[in-house]
Amino acid sequence: MDKINSVEKLDKVIEDCSAAFSKKIRVGERTKDGKIAILVCGDTTCVANGSVDIQSELEKALKEYHLEDKVTVNHVGCFGLCSQGPFIKIFPDDTIYRTVKVGDVKRIIEEDIIGGKPVEDLLFVDPETGKKIQKQEDVNFYKKQKRIALHGCAVINPDYLEEALGYDGFKALKKVLTTMTPQQVIDEILASGLRGRGGASFPTGRKWQFAANVQSDQKYIVCNGDEGDPGAFMDRSILEGNPFNVIEGMMIGGYAFGASEGYFYVRAEYPVAVRRLKRAAEDLEKLGLLGDNILGTGFSFRVHVREGAGAFVCGEETALLASIEGKRGMPRPRPPFPAIKGLWGKPTCVNNVETLATVPYIIRIGAKEFAKIGTEGSKGTKVFALGGKVNNVGLVEVPMGTTLRTLIYDIGGGIPKGKKFKAIQTGGPSGGCLTEKDIDTPIDYDTLVAKGSMMGSGGAIVMDEDNCMVDVAHFYMDFICDESCGKCTDCRIGTKRLMEMLTKVTKGTATEQTLEDLKELSEIIKNGSLCALGQTAANPILSTMVNFPEEYEAHVKEHKCPAHVCKDLMKYVIDPNKCKKCSMCARNCPASCISGVPGKEPYVIDQSKCVKCGSCMASCRFGAISKE
Amino acid sequence: MTIKEEAKKEVIAICASHKDEPSPLMVILEEIQKKLGYIPLEVQEVVSKEMGIPVAEIYGVVTFYNFFSLTPKGKYVVGVCLGTACYVKNSQQIIDKFAQSLGIEIGGTTEDGLFTVDAVRCIGACALAPSVSINGRVYAKVTPTEVDKIIADLRKKEETANG
Repeated sequence: MDKINSVEKLDKVIEDCSAAFSKKIRVGERTKDGKIAILVCGDTTCVANGSVDIQSELEKALKEYHLEDKVTVNHVGCFGLCSQGPFIKIFPDDTIYRTVKVGDVKRIIEEDIIGGKPVEDLLFVDPETGKKIQKQEDVNFYKKQKRIALHGCAVINPDYLEEALGYDGFKALKKVLTTMTPQQVIDEILASGLRGRGGASFPTGRKWQFAANVQSDQKYIVCNGDEGDPGAFMDRSILEGNPFNVIEGMMIGGYAFGASEGYFYVRAEYPVAVRRLKRAAEDLEKLGLLGDNILGTGFSFRVHVREGAGAFVCGEETALLASIEGKRGMPRPRPPFPAIKGLWGKPTCVNNVETLATVPYIIRIGAKEFAKIGTEGSKGTKVFALGGKVNNVGLVEVPMGTTLRTLIYDIGGGIPKGKKFKAIQTGGPSGGCLTEKDIDTPIDYDTLVAKGSMMGSGGAIVMDEDNCMVDVAHFYMDFICDESCGKCTDCRIGTKRLMEMLTKVTKGTATEQTLEDLKELSEIIKNGSLCALGQTAANPILSTMVNFPEEYEAHVKEHKCPAHVCKDLMKYVIDPNKCKKCSMCARNCPASCISGVPGKEPYVIDQSKCVKCGSCMASCRFGAISKE
Repeated sequence: MTIKEEAKKEVIAICASHKDEPSPLMVILEEIQKKLGYIPLEVQEVVSKEMGIPVAEIYGVVTFYNFFSLTPKGKYVVGVCLGTACYVKNSQQIIDKFAQSLGIEIGGTTEDGLFTVDAVRCIGACALAPSVSINGRVYAKVTPTEVDKIIADLRKKEETANG
């Protein structure tokens, strides 16, 4: 492609790319020329499930059948329903296949591509009617979703700028550069009601306005892709699925408040996202869509990609900036806010990946239309990483105001194995848990806070009756303890003490006084910490204590773990009546503490030696081993 | 332990390639970590000399971030995900099992230098929980009984490679 150095050229390129791309993903009858497009999910989860091999197998098979001129194969971003991946989508038939394996490739080519009939057993099945579903939009999981931040994910090839340009890419940038003043852009974002998607939920337009009001020779816009909440992968999928969209959002922000340099800070744990982002930036630079005097409008912008190095606290904006500056990622007091004094002392706005991914959409459709989506105080959509004990684990984008019931049951498909829903943790280690009584609450920034949790960045982990809430609190505390940067004494030492007290609870050695102490110390840490990590460190404890007091009491008073999770308060036992004396458990026991005689005497576990690894229970085919 | 001349040259080259960037310390350390597998004090001294940053400051950064290591890691780094989604699906059992089977502590390396067992915080493959990432390859829905097989397979691969 030639350099795109004028608005006219961009118009032409967009027109050509759009025509080509809409032809590629056209839905309808197959044409006589037999052109077919196969999209294969290239998101981390599907790749781990073999989608790269599937893609190369498809390419190989197409050559064998001499179809390579008619059928294209390429990878795309996340389809969302990760637990049923890898996915393949075929146009123009609009057929979606799930849990595809390398061994299915031949059938797909022969039956579908050549034969023109879908491969029945790879289609979705409606859990209620048992009928096969061919089209993606008819699958329950997708029905109540709306993709804004995930625009282009699972549609375009994230390594092809042409496809991004053919699917709305850079229309918004063109609009702001040619028809809007920087202040108009800020006003538009203000009017849209967009709030930061990273957790703090601060209005994006106001942040930009602060930075715009400061005079400076240099300003920066930083994209926070340090998605540290364990169990959240929204930002990763957005960056992997459509990096161009995020860059475009960043450029619009840069134009709005006068930044000419943008920094991406992405977790080192996301190598695919980093690779695609770097490639996207390079391609844009080659075409002149990044660099000096973009489209001849006088606007200049450059993008740099920096990798994190594994520190949760770097998700906090001042810590993140310190990390880019090559220092220990420790937060500093605010004010001055980064919008006034940020990276290298210059005015800097730090925006989350999802926030920036939403910006081009707002510019394209207008603030008024955008503000129609969502609730009074929270506009637009939110992406959630739905995980844990739920059937459809994956990435979900829903309008603000969707209820937890819709999220967990309609979209998530309910709890596996018919187990009972216990709680959903939102907001990660800083958030809290919501229970059955909150299930019909419409989710937005303010309702979640009112219910004692928070939106956070969008992690949503479902727990069932088999999860011990004390253990969950212990898990988060362990995480926070590990990730406390050590700057504030209350957080550094306080979280350690909280952890020790919680450990006592899980061991059954705590007293009622311990519970009181937990509450008191939690308050102290909250008040004595500089950043959100410390201020919210005790949330998982406080929230589980409020919602599940009976579980804490059972651990403390009865020395029992009702969910049989806490190792010191549970044991594995073999039911002699159910034991088939097959010796499978004994052979799998790493501690060699199960004895019996094959075929003659039922097996027994020596509790004094048992390490409670659960290998025996996992290996027993007769359900003879249970937890007590 | 002394580092090889070759490694030293590589470190100097990495420093040189980033000299003109604003505050490039993180980028330099990341590249060294990827290339050498660890950042011992000796290497930090080289970086200090090349970049004019005090060793104390570099040491502070190296010890702050989980990604940087002062000691060499095993050839296979077994990263058991302890993110929330994996944890609620019993990944603690998986990491305990790995440590036990290899006879090392979590975070430790086997004597033959083959395996390191690390707890990692969410690799974002929550649909595959509990997941384990070994040198970039993700193992999905790992059960305690599969752990020994994974180790045995990797050992076998090593033996075949070494003839």
